[in-house]
Amino acid sequence: MTKVTLTVNGKAVSREVEQRTLLVQLLRDDPASGGLGLTGTHVGCDTSQCGACTVHVDGMAVKSCTMLAVEAEGAAVTTIEGMANADGSLSPLQQAFQDHHGLQCGFCTPGMVMTAAALLAENPTPSESAVRYYLEGNICRCTGYHGIVKAIMAASGQDMPAMAAE
Amino acid sequence: MPKDTSAPATGIGAATKRREDIRFLTGRGRYTDDINLRGQAHAHFLRSDVAHGRIRSIDTAAAEAMPGVIKVFTAADFASAGGLPCGWQVTDRFGQPMQEPKHPILADGKVRHVGDPIACVVAETLDQARDAADAIVVDIEDLPAVIDMKAALAEGAPKVHDELTSNLCYDWGFVEENKAAVEQAFRDAAHVVSLDLVNNRLVANPMEPRVAVGDYDFATDMHTLYTTSQNPHVIRLLMGAFVLGIPEHRLRVVAPDVGGGFGSKIYHYAEEAFCTAAAKALRRPVKWTSTRSEAFISDAHGRDHLTRIELALDADHMFTALRTETYANMGAYLSTFAPCIPTWLHGTLMAGNYRTPLIYVNVKAVFTNTVPVDAYRGAGRPEATFQIERLVDKAARELGADPVELRRKNFITEFPYQTPVAVVYDTGNYHATMDKLLEISDRAGFEARAMESQARGKLRGFGIAHYIEACGIAPSNLVGQLGARAGLYESATVRVNATGGIVVMTGSHSHGQGHETTFAQVVADMIGIDAGQVEIVHGDTANTPMGMGTYGSRSLAVGGSALVKAAGKVIAKAKKIAAHLLEAAEGDIELKDGTFSVAGTDRTVDWGAVCLAAYVPHNYPLADLEPGLEETAFYDPANFTFPSGAYACEVEVDPETGAVEILAFSAADDFGNIVNPMIVEGQVQGGLAQGIGQALMEHCVYDETGQLLTGSYMDYAMPRAEDLPLFRVDHSCITPCTHNPLGVKGCGEAGAIGSPPAVVNAVLDALNRGGHAVSHIDMPLSPARVWAAINA
Repeated sequence: MTKVTLTVNGKAVSREVEQRTLLVQLLRDDPASGGLGLTGTHVGCDTSQCGACTVHVDGMAVKSCTMLAVEAEGAAVTTIEGMANADGSLSPLQQAFQDHHGLQCGFCTPGMVMTAAALLAENPTPSESAVRYYLEGNICRCTGYHGIVKAIMAASGQDMPAMAAE
Repeated sequence: MPKDTSAPATGIGAATKRREDIRFLTGRGRYTDDINLRGQAHAHFLRSDVAHGRIRSIDTAAAEAMPGVIKVFTAADFASAGGLPCGWQVTDRFGQPMQEPKHPILADGKVRHVGDPIACVVAETLDQARDAADAIVVDIEDLPAVIDMKAALAEGAPKVHDELTSNLCYDWGFVEENKAAVEQAFRDAAHVVSLDLVNNRLVANPMEPRVAVGDYDFATDMHTLYTTSQNPHVIRLLMGAFVLGIPEHRLRVVAPDVGGGFGSKIYHYAEEAFCTAAAKALRRPVKWTSTRSEAFISDAHGRDHLTRIELALDADHMFTALRTETYANMGAYLSTFAPCIPTWLHGTLMAGNYRTPLIYVNVKAVFTNTVPVDAYRGAGRPEATFQIERLVDKAARELGADPVELRRKNFITEFPYQTPVAVVYDTGNYHATMDKLLEISDRAGFEARAMESQARGKLRGFGIAHYIEACGIAPSNLVGQLGARAGLYESATVRVNATGGIVVMTGSHSHGQGHETTFAQVVADMIGIDAGQVEIVHGDTANTPMGMGTYGSRSLAVGGSALVKAAGKVIAKAKKIAAHLLEAAEGDIELKDGTFSVAGTDRTVDWGAVCLAAYVPHNYPLADLEPGLEETAFYDPANFTFPSGAYACEVEVDPETGAVEILAFSAADDFGNIVNPMIVEGQVQGGLAQGIGQALMEHCVYDETGQLLTGSYMDYAMPRAEDLPLFRVDHSCITPCTHNPLGVKGCGEAGAIGSPPAVVNAVLDALNRGGHAVSHIDMPLSPARVWAAINA
């Protein structure tokens, strides 16, 4: 077991983990089993394809199933639980997902929000095709991405008049 | 409190934002894998890596000595358990029941597909369980596998189940009495058009893998199963009564937030029974979480039909007869509803939107050494629609007719319409949806766009399809005659609290559909209060009435109808209370915007006061009326509902590479009345993505030895954001359902049903316009297949 110390959603945490423990396991596992109990981050595959486990590590969108917990030593990790406004209300990006029906079953949603936040940090006014390209590592099976793309565009302050008709 | 009429509308027809989104967007959803019980142990299944083999021995000694291992289970531990039951018995053309092999919890004697569970390790941690599974020694005698359906039916083919007479589950004919007349119509036809096609095998792939957590309380002799299910009551009934012998009052099944289903979470799976039984055997909770790789070899697959379809037309291009022969893959075992998908959910839809007077459908269901196949979004109806709409398009091309006009000429226009395949369409207006489609897809402007593509060296194509589906599953007395071993009603309890708030307990289940929002809209609208005063509870057998769950686009049409019925009973009783409070005749009481009034007077009492009187019955007609305000209703539909719609796909094909790009996709649906247009559009968009995925990308492939070649997201192509356009979705064509109280038809599957033929028709249109006389390409239309067709 190795001790790992990191910051998660602004709070310093320290845990004993196995060398093989993945970051997503550390985040999700029950506190009784040595995890942080942050179950908002999801696991949807085992080949680093679906992006449901996306979190921010030092500001970068990272698939937490593809990173060992020990690699996060000293890092600042943000999960979906750390994305709302300080008063607990939805952030503008989260609000845009609700406003534009960017989620149905909700399982891919945390990863989508984290990836979208990383995109908007890099490129505050992405084109529709830039949004779709950036989402290449996140799979949604419910929405056909329609509402997700609309939500991200809206969160970036851009109108999509072509979409208004439908 | 009366409704604030200045606030945004929250009733029927309002695009109310979803209340469940708040928890999903903040990481506070509670999915099954988020549940960790005190003292929980972890299960890991050792699964067969060969498609067919006889188990000579299983040595678990080394595994049981590994750190943290509590027990290694094999079939011997389940000697007294029943098999996983099949919920539908199909009767074949000769009046005989289908062949129905046992499906054990753990493989017993033979393994029959890659992924068949052989043993299960339960250990203190998941990693320990996985490590120990590697130490189990299984000696398997490899047997030749049958993968191809026609080969499986050949004389002398290896049998998946030794105790059966062959690999044929059933040979079904429908309508058998029409067969001779259909054949005569083909002999008399002016034109006959035929097509051989494949409906490609798919994997549903909800983003949440399946999970089961079993728990047992010795103090109360109470079992609890937390599971990723679309229908917890069905699991409780099937697992309790048929597999483990647990009476329903000793078994609670909870399906909390469920991350999508698309059919694959309808069925009762071995892992659910395992975790439930193991929790009692080990006296501690047992949890199993599927990996995605495991999901590919253990979740029921979908589609996988081989079909020859033929259409007879007269000299005036009127359809005179249709006949089909389909081979339907059942996989190695019969999944819960597998037998009914290629029969009653497929054969009964073969009239499509057309007045074809004579139809004969033959289906041979076949056992193979592959994962069981069952319903996947649309289930039988996409297969029917794909056949019909591909064939009609082919007929138009061969006859030199316009594909829209050929369809229009044969459209059913009079309703109710008795099809020659048993079902009666109650309403529809197919010309209206076609008109709307041509408008929103701008078909008139297509030629100019095609010229523009041509100038860039690309081939542009426009494909249409018109679909019919049967939803609102289903009238119990009818499906009982057809072999269903269950009723298909739905239930609701409406519990009004003393202070006027309402809790609705529904037997329906939401795994993305948004029931918590839409069901609240319905009840709020009926009473005239704000939807925020209505809470929806679902997914727990302990606090919801027996219900059949969510699939087949049935939630609103059947579950919503139960809700309307229960709320109607509540309102009827509330009016009695109001009549007493207002000292008026019950028949004079009106309810509007949450206020009861005496007709023609200014005397009123509001909703809250009536609710309070029901629970604090000081001034109350106790001699005539029970206190309280809570009612339960069960609703059994009188008929299926028949949503329909017209879809258009516009593609551009790169003739150099065969790559297909979807430039536009338009959908004009008739779903009857709409409760929440935002949610309806979302359902269509998601269905379109899955249908386009089937048409262009998704394909579950086995090699000849039964190894799954597409066992992860590295190999099974899921549609991503870049693969899809923004969709043009319209639902303004409305012919309300005539036999349910909301006039709703269901919208969950339409997109996946109507889109595959539209996409394929569009690609073929592009190729033929480009001078490539290609009559058909089997799905998925990958660049390699399209390129090969161009260069054939």
